[in-house]
Amino acid sequence: MKLVNRHTFAWLIVIVISFLAIEGLVSVGILDVFYEMALVQIGINIILGIGLNLIIGVSGQFSLGHAGFMAIGAYSVGIVYLDNPTVTGFFLGVLLGLVLSGVVALLIGIPTLRLKGDYLAIATLGVSEIIRIAITNMKITNGAAGISGIPLFDAIPMRQLVFIFVVIVTIIVVNYVRSSDGRATLSIRENEIAAESMGINTTKYKVMAFVIGAMTASIAGGLYASYFNTIVPTNFNFMKSVDILIIVVFGGIGSFTGTFVAALVLGILNTLLQDVSDLRMIIYSLALIIIMIFKPSGLLGTKEFSFSKLFSKKIKKAKKGGSTDGSVRN
Amino acid sequence: MALLEIKSLTKNFGGLAAVSNVDLYLEEQELVGLIGPNGAGKTTLFNLLTGVYEPSEGEVNFQGERLNGKKPFVIANKGLSRTFQNIRLFRELTVLDNVLIAMNNRYKEGLFTSILRLPKFYKVEASMKEEALSLLQIFELDGKNEELAKNLSYGEQRRLEIVRALATKPKILFLDEPAAGMNPQETADLTALIRKIQKEFAITVLLIEHDMSLVMDVCERIYVLEYGQLIAHGTPDEIKVNPKVIQAYLGGEV
Ligand SMILES: Nc1ncnc2c1ncn2[C@@H]1O[C@H](COP(=O)(O)OP(=O)(O)OP(=O)(O)O)[C@@H](O)[C@H]1O
Ligand SMILES: [Mg+2]
Repeated sequence: MKLVNRHTFAWLIVIVISFLAIEGLVSVGILDVFYEMALVQIGINIILGIGLNLIIGVSGQFSLGHAGFMAIGAYSVGIVYLDNPTVTGFFLGVLLGLVLSGVVALLIGIPTLRLKGDYLAIATLGVSEIIRIAITNMKITNGAAGISGIPLFDAIPMRQLVFIFVVIVTIIVVNYVRSSDGRATLSIRENEIAAESMGINTTKYKVMAFVIGAMTASIAGGLYASYFNTIVPTNFNFMKSVDILIIVVFGGIGSFTGTFVAALVLGILNTLLQDVSDLRMIIYSLALIIIMIFKPSGLLGTKEFSFSKLFSKKIKKAKKGGSTDGSVRN
Repeated sequence: MALLEIKSLTKNFGGLAAVSNVDLYLEEQELVGLIGPNGAGKTTLFNLLTGVYEPSEGEVNFQGERLNGKKPFVIANKGLSRTFQNIRLFRELTVLDNVLIAMNNRYKEGLFTSILRLPKFYKVEASMKEEALSLLQIFELDGKNEELAKNLSYGEQRRLEIVRALATKPKILFLDEPAAGMNPQETADLTALIRKIQKEFAITVLLIEHDMSLVMDVCERIYVLEYGQLIAHGTPDEIKVNPKVIQAYLGGEV
């Protein structure tokens, strides 16, 4: 129990320090508006990557439709927040996005998650395209012209709001994965037949992962809508899903630490290359190709950074150093 | 009434009847053998009993309830558990996690309890872990609980398969060639273990095994399959001298 408190505490310190570091850099002017924008985008990408990693890396179901759920969240906030430009309006929009994306994911997850591999990828891609085309053709979403003039959330700076959501989403997803339900979900990725034979309702856990992933994507969409003020259906096309997929693959499928690192590295790379926009896509693609050649499992593979492991290693070391006769075996 | 009763069970793969018209029963706390040459349909029979395949014809009744057409996880949660001939562990997960996963149905943490890490979460995790470790200890795997399943030796992987199956708290345990690939010493140890768990957990065991000395040694009754059909059923002593069995194993005329 003590160990638990200790590593929770360590994480709390990490969160507070990162928050203060960002705020410090902003207040001394190192993080100007330009970099702050990059930071917000990185935060949104982390949320998207975490959710997709839950679907792909933990439950082992290949989804190519993440942008569709992001669109649902973006348009929910866009429409509701524009109509009711208050803090309540914003959160009502987020709530609507959560409900809608959750329901859509549930309805399409149950039939499509029976499919395997490529078939599932194509089905999820199809679903996100249907969502996009529906949005393009609906009146309430203002068709292809999209929605503009969405208010910028200003009760606290956007970078702080995004930061808070990154923390919340990460805690929810990581705690879910490290629970009995999460282990059951992992077992599907590992061996579906064995999982079923050990009493795991694989359909239920696949759908759960899909729904949670979809809901987190809708949060990212809501933040995106408020930050960029304008949304059009093409923001949420197939390429957006691929962008998110790249973050997950680059960081290591199944590693949430990897998703963080990848979103940061790719975000920074993107920002630094902004000035050489011609070369940007080439260098970006090269970086991906190189990592895929030399480390096909992604930057971190399936490894996770964990304070509890770090602590228990230290304890072991201390014990070994302290008493050499205690651990002798024949 | 028997614990498990199988009536004229048949499974066709295209033109091939992998299991054909099999009648079989298992009483409570019995240790029964299922033998037969390669391709006789033993594994297919296990797959039918655990819901991996749906029977083409026939009935499977467990405690008077029909199991045909039920999903594998439903059947598992009713108390029928198994190991796999071609080991199917959760390879990239730890030994401990492999066992904990099999306990998922019996311990409920609750979604919000685990996301919010309420005290109940830690309590349930601790008791799950305790039970898992005590199971691992029986099979001398407790020193390896943080190891990834894929890094275990072959014999250890086979033992972990049994621990994982036991972790579902089964009433019937189906073991598909648990000693395959083990050396004589490991096989002897395993034989003792199978006896021990059958007694200690008061379960029924149906054992597929090619190692005749193991089967003859531990089983109270033995069924013999050949080309999908039951050709004999009886005590080890009866099976040993059964001409049909001798013919099936040695080939040619008796
Ligand atoms: N999914 C399947 N599709 C088609 N044929 C199958 C399938 N599963 C098994 N068979 C066939 O059914 C027959 C019985 O196979 P099974 O695996 O049950 O034999 P077994 O008695 O377990 O053999 P072994 O001792 O080699 O494990 C074999 O001829 C096999 O090729
Ligand atoms: Mg077999």
